[in-house]
Amino acid sequence: MKRVLTLLVVSLLASGVALAQTGADAGFWAGLPDPLRLTILTTAQVVGVTVVLILCVAYMTLAERKIIGYIQNRIGPNRVGFKGLLQPFADVFKLLFKEVVVPTNSSRFLFIIAPLLSIIPTFAPWTVMPISDSFVLADIDAGLLYVLALTSMGVYGVILAGWATNSKYALLGAMRSAAQIVAYEIAMGFALVGVLMAAGSLNLGDIILAQQGGVLNWFWLWLAPLFVIYFISGVAETNRAPFDVAEGESEIVAGFHVEYSGVAFAVFFLAEYANMILIAALTAIFFLGGWLSPFEGLLGADSFLGQPSFFWFALKTSFFLFCFLWFRATFPRYRYDQIMRLGWKVFIPITIVWIAVEGVFVWNKVGPWSHLATAGS
Amino acid sequence: MFLNLLFYTFGAVLVGAALGVVFSRNPVHAIMFLVLAFFNSAVLWLLLEAEFLAIALVLVYVGAVMVLFLFVVMMLDVNVEQVREGFARYMPVGLLVAFIMVVELGQVIWVRSWGISTLTTAPPLPEDYSNTKALGKVLYTEHVYAFELASVILLLAIVAAITLTMRKRPNLKQQDIAAQVAVRREDRVRLVSMPAEKKE
Repeated sequence: MKRVLTLLVVSLLASGVALAQTGADAGFWAGLPDPLRLTILTTAQVVGVTVVLILCVAYMTLAERKIIGYIQNRIGPNRVGFKGLLQPFADVFKLLFKEVVVPTNSSRFLFIIAPLLSIIPTFAPWTVMPISDSFVLADIDAGLLYVLALTSMGVYGVILAGWATNSKYALLGAMRSAAQIVAYEIAMGFALVGVLMAAGSLNLGDIILAQQGGVLNWFWLWLAPLFVIYFISGVAETNRAPFDVAEGESEIVAGFHVEYSGVAFAVFFLAEYANMILIAALTAIFFLGGWLSPFEGLLGADSFLGQPSFFWFALKTSFFLFCFLWFRATFPRYRYDQIMRLGWKVFIPITIVWIAVEGVFVWNKVGPWSHLATAGS
Repeated sequence: MFLNLLFYTFGAVLVGAALGVVFSRNPVHAIMFLVLAFFNSAVLWLLLEAEFLAIALVLVYVGAVMVLFLFVVMMLDVNVEQVREGFARYMPVGLLVAFIMVVELGQVIWVRSWGISTLTTAPPLPEDYSNTKALGKVLYTEHVYAFELASVILLLAIVAAITLTMRKRPNLKQQDIAAQVAVRREDRVRLVSMPAEKKE
């Protein structure tokens, strides 16, 4: 359902933009000065992507409750709207009309700004995300670095929320999750170095293009260890189960956002789910060929399934999102010291070893690097 | 014109944030001001079309170094009053450093007034120019020894920091993960067959 909705909105948006471009010759639109036209167009695109993203987040929460419900042999929410489809809006309105309680001894300014600091880094990377083979908001060369830089900012929201509330539980939760995020970020960064070596570019669109030529050319095969590590680190980075010690309910109530209520809490919630979507989309781009079709070259060029499209990107992203929910319903929570051990002593060494192995591949020009044999100078 | 406006806006915020680092009473607030300052200087580099350096600045300093700073400052209970005690004693040294820096800044402006060729704007670069690639090429060919030397020095610092803080405590209990994983059900569980209890 979520996918259909996003498709609908994106196609509506695309037709709107196309209309605006074709109608540019005549009338009011043509009378506008060029910079203003560019600004309006870009702003419309940014707003469109953001709205779609927020809708995705809303239906992600519903999907989570439904899927985990069915896994646990329950039905899940089914009261608001047809089959419970309006449940996310009911939740949002409930949270909007609740009072935001600011604790007396808190640092007021940081308390308010912490949720914003955690949501901005989850939305900003979508500017460089190649959503379909023809649509990117900003096609910049250092796209991957930009994504890395922004995702590394997410930890500030968590730390400041924990510190500014001036509560023991919140501070403990913030400490735990900050240490965890810092640890797994290194493994993620190293995994991306592997992707970079394979693609030879920092531009996300070029990384996808480097994977052309069917399922076996996607990076998951040659970079299998990095693929697994990247996705697991992504789960840890978003503080999701089984790595959700930051908000381990049985130990520290709700972790860093224990004192937040109303809209402020809703923003943290939004950030968590937007982060999941981001990690899922990035994994799809780096290792499963983004918007490339798995039937490339197998089906005729005129068939919809054989062509690269937004559909494949959404499908792959949805698969990883489903994995997030599946993990949560399946695995018990990790113990804290084991999380740290896994990050520092298992994942980082494996990624370093695989980067060295990749170096050997590149040197011998095997696998995705075989084209270097002719092109290299 | 528009670029100048951007430059002065971000420059003003940068100076304001830097003043905030010095004057804020709370160390956590000071660190957040420093983060803001780093961001604005990254934007200034972006205006010079040095996108690799700008993003690397955010990635390394904002994303890693300042997080650790924040971590440490939050854990330490810094007493501002105690820190201020030495203020008068260190004042002359501070003033001297400040004076030297002001003189240096003045010299830069003075040199400019001579009309010696100083770049006012970055020269335009060709469309397909990527300064990530250019930097990589220079670092790993021309300056490869200096680069490797720097990385070895950093490694040395890491090892030194770890050895300095490492201390062996007696009676320290440690887990042997391999042993824990290797345990089988038979090692821990013993099935005892007991005769059924009879009712009196």
